[in-house]
Amino acid sequence: MSETPQPKAPISVFLVDDHALFRAGVRTELDSITDEVRVVGEAGSVAEAVAGIVRTKPQVVLLDVHMPDGGGAEVLRRVRKELPDVVFLALSVSDAAEDVIAVIRAGARGYVTKTISSKELVRAVARVAEGDAVFSPRLAGFVLDAFADRPGSAPISDPELDLLTPRERDVLRLLARGYAYKEIASELFISVKTVETHVSSVLRKTQLSNRYELSRWASDRRLV
Amino acid sequence: MDHVQEEPRTETATPLPRPAGETAVTAAAGTELAEPDERPKLYRRRSSRIVAGVASGLADHLGVKVLWVRAVFAVLAAFGGAGLVAYGLLWVFVPQQRREEADAPSTPKEKQQAIGLLVLGIGLLVAVGAITGTINGWVAVPLALALVGAAVVWREADESQRRRWREGARSSVAGVVLGGGGWSAAIRVLAGVALVIAGIAVVVLRSGTLGQVQFALISVLATLVGVAVLTVPFWLRMVRDLGEERRARIRTEERAEIAAHLHDSVLQTLALIQKQAEAPKEVARLARSQERELRGWLYGPAGYGAPKNVGGGRLSEAVATACGEVEDTFAISVSQVVVGDAELDDRLVALVLAAREAMVNAAKHAGVDEVSVYAEVEPTAVTVFVRDRGKGFDPDSVSEDRHGLADSIRGRMERNGGTVRLRTAPGDGTEVQLEMPIKAESGGTR
Repeated sequence: MSETPQPKAPISVFLVDDHALFRAGVRTELDSITDEVRVVGEAGSVAEAVAGIVRTKPQVVLLDVHMPDGGGAEVLRRVRKELPDVVFLALSVSDAAEDVIAVIRAGARGYVTKTISSKELVRAVARVAEGDAVFSPRLAGFVLDAFADRPGSAPISDPELDLLTPRERDVLRLLARGYAYKEIASELFISVKTVETHVSSVLRKTQLSNRYELSRWASDRRLV
Repeated sequence: MDHVQEEPRTETATPLPRPAGETAVTAAAGTELAEPDERPKLYRRRSSRIVAGVASGLADHLGVKVLWVRAVFAVLAAFGGAGLVAYGLLWVFVPQQRREEADAPSTPKEKQQAIGLLVLGIGLLVAVGAITGTINGWVAVPLALALVGAAVVWREADESQRRRWREGARSSVAGVVLGGGGWSAAIRVLAGVALVIAGIAVVVLRSGTLGQVQFALISVLATLVGVAVLTVPFWLRMVRDLGEERRARIRTEERAEIAAHLHDSVLQTLALIQKQAEAPKEVARLARSQERELRGWLYGPAGYGAPKNVGGGRLSEAVATACGEVEDTFAISVSQVVVGDAELDDRLVALVLAAREAMVNAAKHAGVDEVSVYAEVEPTAVTVFVRDRGKGFDPDSVSEDRHGLADSIRGRMERNGGTVRLRTAPGDGTEVQLEMPIKAESGGTR
């Protein structure tokens, strides 16, 4: 949104999803809608994905969260050691917080739902490629829930990491309410750049925070 | 190798040890293994049988008269009971004919002959035994009694067990023995058991000395153990079949349930979508409602994949339901995010209803196809934001037609102690913020 339109090389994208039909659909839409991104490969299983990503070295991997034999988190773990520069964007139909949080914790730069429009998907890909984090309202909700500071929640091991600052919480709340960065910036009287900083810092905390394992929290939540 | 060996029907291919001189039986058993055969397969007859249908089945199989087969068994009985043993083994190992393929019933004459031969066989056995001294007369009679009793019990179990395989299992020991045969079956089993006991008792009473009692007991025990060992594979197979059948039934039921659900929901919707392919708005509405429904069924707290029922009346469910209703009614998409959860009470129900009204307003007046709903449960209050990016309006110029906002939202919230905040401007979309305080103990669940 803040980027200036200028001709540049298309962003190379790799698709990982165990449903061939879905891959074909995304591929068609991405190829037809814009020159900004170019799909360089796709895979339907963890092993295939790891091999394909290592071979094609894409800039962005669109990663399905729910897959047999380990899911997106497993792909992330196996690829990140070799190719730390590849950026992952989780793309899921899953409603289960534990799935999504697991992939974010493993190092994905963002999460969008599969019902996202193609235009927004392209925008999200461009944003993660530039190093920004992409939070869908739903992910913002999951993260807020994970960091919720309620009586009876998990003890804090590292206060620095395990708490969100009030500002971060505000930003996250507005994200969950469906606000765009620009709207958040004007709402909180800060610059878009600052919003991006806050979002990145929330993502970093999500990935590093202990908080008695965010993903475990997520599974606990389903049992309550 | 196996199938090559089976091809020629040889006398040596018997699966069981057989008494000497049993050529007819041996040949029969051999035939059963050899598949390519125009002869009828060896089954025990269901109809026109006297004891277990072995003789008539064998006669069918070999293509000879039943009378001759029975006569051979009777004569063989004289040779140390070989005929009886052969008959017993065939009874155990030859499957019974299926009910569908029943034969013509036997004539009364045939039946009389058969009974006569049966008595003759037993008589021969006892007589020869007595003459050669292998069996004492006073042992033979009770022994025969016991055997007949055992045969009756066997026959009952045999019959009922087939029925169970056919009809499926409600397992219980009594059920296995009686097999739902009712009183007559029970009486027959009891009579058989009584006969066995009577036979044993006679042996025990007639033998004066303790040594003989012990001998009799040991021999009876040995016989029972022998029978048990002989029939182990048989019982094992039955237990296994019952378990297998139960598993298969559970699988089938589960598949049927899934198939029924998919049929009622997904397939019907897909059919509708095909018919309405020219109306993209309708297609989107159908797809959305179907997705929500299927998702609820798969992952939802009351759904198919749920570990257990969470119990009714959670805030998150109520919000989801309200969003779904608005989606369906107005053909717009409502994206909802709920942070935290709480038990519903009167105030929260009012809150959800107010939120629903706000969504309806957005759907009706904003002219958008997407509305965002965000609900957050905090320790002291629940907040709900309903937001659209539509036309917006000037709150000061709200006319009489906006009853919804005045009554359904503001009125409802204030009656329950909540507050409403409204942010809107023409061209800037609308956001309704609803806040409802909650009691400390009911809030803040994770």
